[in-house]
Amino acid sequence: MSTEILIALIYVLILASYCGFELISKVPPTLHTPLMSGSNAISGITIVGSILCCNQLGYTQLSKILGLLAIILAMINVVGGYAVTDRMLKMFKK
Amino acid sequence: MDTIVKLAYLLASVLFIVGIKKMNKPSTARGGNGMSAIGMLIAILATMVQLELATLPEILLCIAIGSAIGLYVAKKVQMTQMPEMVALFNGFGGLASVGVGISEYWRESYERGMEIHNVTLVSILLSVLIGGITFTGSYIAYAKLSGKISGNSIVYKGQHLINLLLLLAGIVAGAVVMWQQDMIIGMYVLLAISLLLGVLVVIPIGGADMPVVISLLNSYSGMAACATGFVLNNYMLIVAGALVGSSGIILTDIMCKGMNRSLLNVVMGGFGQTSGAVVTVGGKSDLVVKEVGVEEAAMLFDSASSVVIVPGYGMAVAQAQHIIKEMMDILLKKNINVRFAIHPVAGRMPGHMNVLLAESNVPYDRLLEPEQIDDDLSNTDIVYVVGANDVVNPAARHDKNSPIYGMPIINVDKAKTVIVSKRSMASGYAGIENELFGYPNCLMLFGDAKATLTKVVNELKEM
Repeated sequence: MSTEILIALIYVLILASYCGFELISKVPPTLHTPLMSGSNAISGITIVGSILCCNQLGYTQLSKILGLLAIILAMINVVGGYAVTDRMLKMFKK
Repeated sequence: MDTIVKLAYLLASVLFIVGIKKMNKPSTARGGNGMSAIGMLIAILATMVQLELATLPEILLCIAIGSAIGLYVAKKVQMTQMPEMVALFNGFGGLASVGVGISEYWRESYERGMEIHNVTLVSILLSVLIGGITFTGSYIAYAKLSGKISGNSIVYKGQHLINLLLLLAGIVAGAVVMWQQDMIIGMYVLLAISLLLGVLVVIPIGGADMPVVISLLNSYSGMAACATGFVLNNYMLIVAGALVGSSGIILTDIMCKGMNRSLLNVVMGGFGQTSGAVVTVGGKSDLVVKEVGVEEAAMLFDSASSVVIVPGYGMAVAQAQHIIKEMMDILLKKNINVRFAIHPVAGRMPGHMNVLLAESNVPYDRLLEPEQIDDDLSNTDIVYVVGANDVVNPAARHDKNSPIYGMPIINVDKAKTVIVSKRSMASGYAGIENELFGYPNCLMLFGDAKATLTKVVNELKEM
């Protein structure tokens, strides 16, 4: 990895964190639980990493097996997180 | 093809950001969550097109298994179980990061025999460390919240020193892998330490401090995703991880402020058990309290013109949210103004009370934050406290010796009459007596909140 790529990654990290702080500090307390389960679902983005870990044929390698397990775990996090957040938000009525 | 994939990742990142932005209003939040989910779908599809075709069936199978489990749990879980469910899902996210980190390490060093770049290797080590702590930490939080293990704080001598030494040992193990990439023993040690640390860090934290811990673990899972982004040189993972990380940090901060304690103080644990203040755990209280019966309580409610309800964790335990909503409807019909005052740390996770009340169809514009309602409390006829204790203890305002001194509270004692639903005179989480109960304007309505309130509602119906 070149220094240039690393710097670019750090740029993205800082800007995205700033963006996150700005947006999330405006979320009202009444939505804190859905915010938490919704952001929890977003953290399942490691699914992308787990899928890429499986990009090889056969099952003999440890890396592949770990990748497949990671897919299942990350998918539970993603689908469960979004579904339960939706279920909660459906209930909020004026 | 590569460009299209990168653009798709960019689109997904934008959808995550806009989705979070839409969370700032209850009316747009559901749409925001949907956008975020579409972003995730795009991210997954864009990743799948890069794969070798032959690997697709098994990957799709794993996706289907994970989705089915997630969907099943999400449909089945009760709203009162939300804190433990969030903790559990969070743990899975952490474990997935561990899986990705080790898988990447194993493939590069053992299957391909390649030298891993230092930055990538550090990121892999961080994914494993943070992911491992998140996994076992969340699992312990889940077990505590669901009552599988005691929710009490477990403290022992030298606890923090042991944790610190473990962390140092973890760093040494990581350094060994950095020095000699094929020293896999270092990786094993790091993994074992991270799993152990997750357990040890969460066991000293007691039940009512759980909102802080869940927020913090949520933030960790975001950081683990960020580390994975550095491993894979993927901007989208970093954006998504940073959003989750900052969300967790903000919520942690709000929870700590709500208790007037520093994060360090919460993480050190043992609140109430180790503080030197006068504690009357399980002992007889010397407060003289006035009791009120069901009929009298109903009469008081009936003659009021404004009522403020202050719910706490006890409401969730008693499952009293539905009967409270019923009472609200009856009071509203009698032209009595009913509002709710919700303390930020009420319940076992941020916003816990709001979700339960939303479940029982209480409109969200009736749910107010303490500072929004504070000026009105002195003009309120009745404040009804259900299952809350420390957050309404006036000692926080004036008693410098109280462990909760300085904590922002809901000043319910300013109201004309306070009615407190309570099972017994047991003290709250902080283990201190609540002087409010001895105040002249405070009446105790003893019994299970749901059972007594049902009787009050029946009385009210007949009035």
